[in-house]
Amino acid sequence: MKIPFSYIFRNLWTRKLTTALTASGMALVVFVFAAVLMLDAGLKQTMGGTGSLDNVVAIRAGSETEIQSGVSRDQASLVESMPQVARNKDGKVMASKESLVLISLFKTGQDKGSNIVTRGVSPMGLTLRPQVKIKTGRMFKTGSSEIVVGRNVHADFDGTQIGQSIRFAQREWTIVGVFDAGGSAFDSEIWGDVTQLMQAFRRNGFSSIIVKLTNSDNYDSLVKDIKADVRLTLDAKREQIFYEDQSRALSTFISILGSVLSVIFSIGAIIGAAITMYSSVAMRTGEIGTLRALGFRRPSILVAFLSESLLLGLVGGLMGLFFATFLQAITISTLNFQSFSQLAFSFALTPKIVIQTILFSLLMGFIGGFLPAMRAARMKIVDSLRAA
Amino acid sequence: MSAQLANSPVLVEIKNLVKTYTRGDQDVPVLRDISLNILRGDFISLMGPSGSGKSTLLNLIAGIDKPTAGILRIDGEDISKLSEGDLADWRASNIGFIFQFYNLMPVLTAFENVELPLLLTNLNKSQRRERVHLTLNMVGLEDRMDHYPNELSGGQQQRVAIARAVVTDPTILVCDEPTGDLDKQSATDVLNMLKELNSALGKTIIMVTHDAHAAEAAKRMVHLEKGELIDEVN
Amino acid sequence: MYYFKLIFKNVFRAKLRTALTVTGLVVAIVAFGLLQTVVDAWYAGANASSGTRLVTRNAISLVFPMPVYYRERMRSVEGVKTVSYSQWFGGIYKEPKNFFPQFAIDHTNYLEMFPEFIIKSEELVAFKRDRQGAMVGRKLADQFGWKVGDTIPIRGTIFQGNWQFTIRGIFDGKDESTITRQFFMQWDYINEDIKRRFPRRGDNIGAFNIEIKDASRAAEVSKEIDNLFRNSLAETLTETEKAFQLGFVAQSEAIVVAIRTVSFVVIFIIMAVVANTMAMTARERIAEYATLKVLGFSPFYVGALIFGEAMVLALMGALIGILLTFPMAQGFASSPAGAAFAVFAVTPSTVQLQIICAFVVGIVAAIVPSIRSARVKIVDGLRHVG
Repeated sequence: MKIPFSYIFRNLWTRKLTTALTASGMALVVFVFAAVLMLDAGLKQTMGGTGSLDNVVAIRAGSETEIQSGVSRDQASLVESMPQVARNKDGKVMASKESLVLISLFKTGQDKGSNIVTRGVSPMGLTLRPQVKIKTGRMFKTGSSEIVVGRNVHADFDGTQIGQSIRFAQREWTIVGVFDAGGSAFDSEIWGDVTQLMQAFRRNGFSSIIVKLTNSDNYDSLVKDIKADVRLTLDAKREQIFYEDQSRALSTFISILGSVLSVIFSIGAIIGAAITMYSSVAMRTGEIGTLRALGFRRPSILVAFLSESLLLGLVGGLMGLFFATFLQAITISTLNFQSFSQLAFSFALTPKIVIQTILFSLLMGFIGGFLPAMRAARMKIVDSLRAA
Repeated sequence: MSAQLANSPVLVEIKNLVKTYTRGDQDVPVLRDISLNILRGDFISLMGPSGSGKSTLLNLIAGIDKPTAGILRIDGEDISKLSEGDLADWRASNIGFIFQFYNLMPVLTAFENVELPLLLTNLNKSQRRERVHLTLNMVGLEDRMDHYPNELSGGQQQRVAIARAVVTDPTILVCDEPTGDLDKQSATDVLNMLKELNSALGKTIIMVTHDAHAAEAAKRMVHLEKGELIDEVN
Repeated sequence: MYYFKLIFKNVFRAKLRTALTVTGLVVAIVAFGLLQTVVDAWYAGANASSGTRLVTRNAISLVFPMPVYYRERMRSVEGVKTVSYSQWFGGIYKEPKNFFPQFAIDHTNYLEMFPEFIIKSEELVAFKRDRQGAMVGRKLADQFGWKVGDTIPIRGTIFQGNWQFTIRGIFDGKDESTITRQFFMQWDYINEDIKRRFPRRGDNIGAFNIEIKDASRAAEVSKEIDNLFRNSLAETLTETEKAFQLGFVAQSEAIVVAIRTVSFVVIFIIMAVVANTMAMTARERIAEYATLKVLGFSPFYVGALIFGEAMVLALMGALIGILLTFPMAQGFASSPAGAAFAVFAVTPSTVQLQIICAFVVGIVAAIVPSIRSARVKIVDGLRHVG
């Protein structure tokens, strides 16, 4: 394109207030767009990081979550003994029979309780989840009424310091440690000894059983065997997939809400860009005529004004993206509809989101500036010179 | 930048030129049957009351408007037959423009304004720079080349415009009321510059004006009234 | 008055710019209205609650049940009029996305505790008589085209199995705030079957619904009820129905706050757009304003012209936007996304907020340009040709 870039850039720079206002409007839209994408990515990261592909979760057929499910002792033993289940070097089967309850704790600053997943795990439970590490304090002693809390529970809820205790099922449970589950859903849970929890709640059966596969490829055959056994009315899924599915409703909700908002907001930003560009074209009618007279062709004029609008979009996009990066410091803790319990996740900025955001802002600039640029290019030379 | 050896002395051949505008369902004739020859090296001023069609005639010769009928041959080429794109290229090589209100790009410096027409050529950056320096020097504004138009007086801006008009070494200089917005001294300077360009460099100049003082600088005067040629004065 | 004539003529001078600005305003006002309505919908349960009803649940959390025989002891508490119970059924009708609330209730007295449900007496009798009967709300029946007598299959998730219920009645709501997207079945029917298959799970209920005689004594009665079951296997937590409903909202508070915030962000965006429009418009008219001053109009008048123009634009946008909000809300409520909300209606306070926002946008957008144009010096202004 023959028209120099400095011409395009300086025209935006000359009308500082207008450029700033239009770019700010676009920046806000871009911020919301990026925020929603980041929130969904953060949710997926959290759920995706929860559980591995080598572990399989089995729950009662027809249940959607561990809370709703019940697995009898017999059923658990049967699953444990299947050939696809791995054993460690001491010959112990790598399976964790777990019992889940929801207890109500108060978030700091709220007077209403929120549901927290409390998971009774077998000794193998920690081994099966290598991403879970004790951060401060220590792991609970098997056979005791001790519990450990996830880092998000520790950060957001009252009464969760090491040494404090929580009362439920007519017992006091002492917190002896805080664990870090690498940003996964487990960070929003409390863990304790499965036998103790079941005793306290007078339970006879487990909620779920988690087993490690000898080989990731054994998944299909394990599922087949479980289905084939009529005594096992269980559904089995890879642990990671199981948790991803659990957040599907929340993820869909965020995506839909985000898409709708982005479309609506972008209309506002595009209109803003269009108004600005129409005014820009109107104010430089004489210049357009002069450029045409000098020999610059219509396409050059079109490209010049379109570039101005794209640049406006880009500036707005970079501004919005800049502020969006600060969101990464924020953690959202909210109710996961499907599991009916609290889930904490963060905003995650991925390279894909950066690219999507920039493209989005360029698109807004393009759409907003297209018609005004067309108007500029279609002007008749004599008319524009006369209007100057 | 030397004067070309001409094949024929007639540079602009206008025969039975007609220009009619259509306003709604009304036809407004602006030029009715103009015939005129302009020779290489001419300095001609088009004069007449407002509405006489002088600016329209200038626009047609400059290739920024198309005639409704008639022949318009410049340097042997019938420009009324050129497509819009070809006409743009033709203008870039053959015409230099000087407007009443200078029509400089306010966001470009004097240097960059003069360089603008050269961006349509194949010259590289240093070749362009050389030419711009040359022409700015010629109009006496080399020391102001980094100034923006709003930092220059009216007379200085018009001189930048002249530099822009000649930087591509065009065949014809087209001027629409070049002194219309200038004070007496600046006007005189500009007219002297045009005379110099005509006599020393052989540039053909066609100027529209209703300033008698400006018209005196030209070698030939053509009068128009209501779209028709009235008389010629040498 | 000449002032208004001038303003209106000026607004419609640049038709394209006015059209674009007003469109932007309309989009923003509608978006704001819809988002506020989403927030209101979140609180629908709390808004529909009554001051004379309490909810008792297991103190640990809602997912733990309590023995049904607790009701006998609750009845004896001073101030208690009626004790009923309900259990969240949580089943799936055909596909998960057809979600709607289902409750297994005490068919003898639950529905009578809710005077806002308008039920035909013969239908109520038919429901009580049929163990497998169902009482559904009007909005729910309309959504799926159900009629009295239809058999509805529901797959249980908490209470496994493929259940069948027959609709014996369709109830209407007293007003817009009543939740009629609900499905009630008899708890006895569910309990009987569960007791047979899983004896230990039988005779346990998720929540007790209690009607009290005097709303002002709600706190005391709640305490008394909870005292009855302190140190038992299932300790209870009793609170007003409103507090109970608000508890749900509180758990997803983050999302609600986010939506509220975002609704105001959209207003800021449009504020930038309208401010930009007014700034550009004012700059282009400097010569005119200078001329008006020459003619003798005061600086205040000149400033008021731009101000008036901004307000006219804002009002036009507000009016069209508010009118459009209602059909848009209707459309959303009938869509699959809207089905998740029990109630989705635009409230008067939302409309008030929309008007206020439009005004604020108009004022903020006009401030700088009107001050600038009021202050323009005649000499400078006249020189500004075109």
